[in-house]
Amino acid sequence: MSKLPDPIRLGLDRGWTVQDGSRLTADLSLEADIVIVGTGAGGGTSAEILTAAGLKVIMIEEGPLKSSSDFRMLEREAYPQLYQESAGRQTEDKAITILQGRSVGGSTTVNWTSSFRTPEATLQHWQSQWGLREYSPVAMAPWFARMEERLSIAPWPVPPNENNDILRRGCAALGIPAAAIQRNVKGCWNLGYCGVGCPTNAKQSMLVTTVPAALDRGARLLHRTRAEKLTFANDKAVALEAVALDDAGIRPTGVKITVRARHFVLAGGAINTPGLLLRSKATDPHGTLGKRTFLHPVNVSAALMNAQVEGYNGAPQTIYSDHFLDTLSLDGPIGYKLEAPPIHPILAGITLQGFGEGHSTWMRRLPQLQVVLALLRDGFHPQSIGGTVKLRKDGSPLLDYPISDYIWDGMRRAFFTMAEIQFAAGAKIVMPMHEKGKPLKSWAEAKQHIADLPMKPLECRVVSAHVMGGCAMGADEKSSVVRGDGRHHQMENVWVFDGSAFPTSIGANPQLSIYGMVARNATRLAEALVSQRKPTVG
Amino acid sequence: MVKISRRRFLQVGVTGAVVLGAAAWLNHEPDTPAQGMRALNSAQAELIRALAPVILAGMIPTESVARQTALKEVVEAFDRGLAGMSLPVQAEVEQLLGLLTFAPSRALVAGIWTSWPSAREADITAFLLNWQTSRFVLLRAGFQALKQLMQACWFGNPLAWPAMGYALPPQAKDLL
Repeated sequence: MSKLPDPIRLGLDRGWTVQDGSRLTADLSLEADIVIVGTGAGGGTSAEILTAAGLKVIMIEEGPLKSSSDFRMLEREAYPQLYQESAGRQTEDKAITILQGRSVGGSTTVNWTSSFRTPEATLQHWQSQWGLREYSPVAMAPWFARMEERLSIAPWPVPPNENNDILRRGCAALGIPAAAIQRNVKGCWNLGYCGVGCPTNAKQSMLVTTVPAALDRGARLLHRTRAEKLTFANDKAVALEAVALDDAGIRPTGVKITVRARHFVLAGGAINTPGLLLRSKATDPHGTLGKRTFLHPVNVSAALMNAQVEGYNGAPQTIYSDHFLDTLSLDGPIGYKLEAPPIHPILAGITLQGFGEGHSTWMRRLPQLQVVLALLRDGFHPQSIGGTVKLRKDGSPLLDYPISDYIWDGMRRAFFTMAEIQFAAGAKIVMPMHEKGKPLKSWAEAKQHIADLPMKPLECRVVSAHVMGGCAMGADEKSSVVRGDGRHHQMENVWVFDGSAFPTSIGANPQLSIYGMVARNATRLAEALVSQRKPTVG
Repeated sequence: MVKISRRRFLQVGVTGAVVLGAAAWLNHEPDTPAQGMRALNSAQAELIRALAPVILAGMIPTESVARQTALKEVVEAFDRGLAGMSLPVQAEVEQLLGLLTFAPSRALVAGIWTSWPSAREADITAFLLNWQTSRFVLLRAGFQALKQLMQACWFGNPLAWPAMGYALPPQAKDLL
């Protein structure tokens, strides 16, 4: 357990109104101005802004409240505690494994701190194709700036770790532009364990920033509490029905929580937010709910270097290249962003193909392993319509995301690019992460091998850490679910303030895109509610 | 080495769903966890114990006492991991384990004609290789589930780290 001061434990000692669903013994009936479902990038940002306006807020979080005292830098503890489905959430055909957070702070508690403003090309596409005229780069800039300041998002002055520097050097050798990634950290120790919960509270996640601010202003938080459904009357939501979960966060205990509110902010993240609306049988006149869910599908290339890489040490993601986004038009072949991921034993072990001796020759050289990933920009081309959220029999959400030939084409090009960069940086051996991927000794050999690789689900390793869409915002209610201000097209007091409102993927790690959009929309909601509020009597 | 014929594989693909359903229906293994387990029954624990040395070959110790400890901890971690999964995912993994522990389906889809504890490592390797790049998505998914769960169970264990040259950073000592 971390010996540093834990702002969450200190806050609880100060008397925050926080309840653990697993400890509840009787049903609860609560009232608030606003109930917020989810405490990640969208929910946390909303909670801070709405409480600052003096509104009474209740936050509902399915995951547990875990903080630095609990973060022991161990993958085996963090994945079941802090991630959706034990870090094993998968698409319906199991071809894509999705890393998505599930604790107070949501994915911001476990993300790798990469912070990018929404790319201008993406915003311009939203303006022209989705009627989101107000989302101009100029109009959004102050919202991004505000959240950058709030979350200490700034250039990272420390040199990249070797894993990232190899990406930088390989790009430089080939004349491919690469740059440094901004990070949301304050006093970072450069340990490299962002993905298992920051043990030093340096990462300015929602867990240590906006959620505590909201709790200090009197908001109530219920964790290990699953939002089951909204109930409606006359095109308005009336109440949120939630269930308390057991200590493991798996089974409902039988205790029910009902929250009546004037407004309902949905911020459970993509997959979960459309799932909640589907379970609620929310009106969906144009069949758009749950559609257009995007993943930034990622494929991965491994390399063995002569020298130590130790990709588990040091800030995990600090170098990127947008060359293969910037040089490709949105309506052409799919583009991809290049980054380097942290290389911890479980993450590396399950991502590397194969088993037994072949696999162990790589695992036994974990300190020399270097990894590059390509994150594909889905959702901009007619052949990239993303996936569809549906419900399992038990009501839990499930994403069906077929990988189209348009995506596979991008992954093959990305395998070429990543191998060429790794060889240019001095890799001895490069291996595409694919069940038929072979260790390759030269770029010439790689060119032939990658050209022949069959691009098939559950052979080519495909992962995702960014889930977006499913409640698309847009001007036309026939093709979207919510308006540009996040309000549901048909229900005047239901708001989607999370990444599920994006009509396409972002083309960059999405946390700052969510912060900026939600800061804008939550501020407008707060202003509207405060201006219409009647003066209260003594 | 038992090799599953192309024809047998075609049958598996065509009748995969039927086989799964039948195995679930006919399989009378107890639902109750084995002693000391939260989720795995004794047949499932034997299956994991038999697969682990093959999937983790090269990564688990060869020295007898350390090896037994490692295998025991892998089975325990698999059990904890399974018990910690969401209920629908748990049900799917149990379906897969049921298919592999029910003798007729074990023989049909995995080509293993003996019980798991007496299966030869070469036959287990052949089964895994067949599933790894099978023409049938269902079997490829089954391979990935077994491979990834098993690897996560061992590589997350500090006992596994010296073999891969991994350690927590020195600052962790002051911090934790």
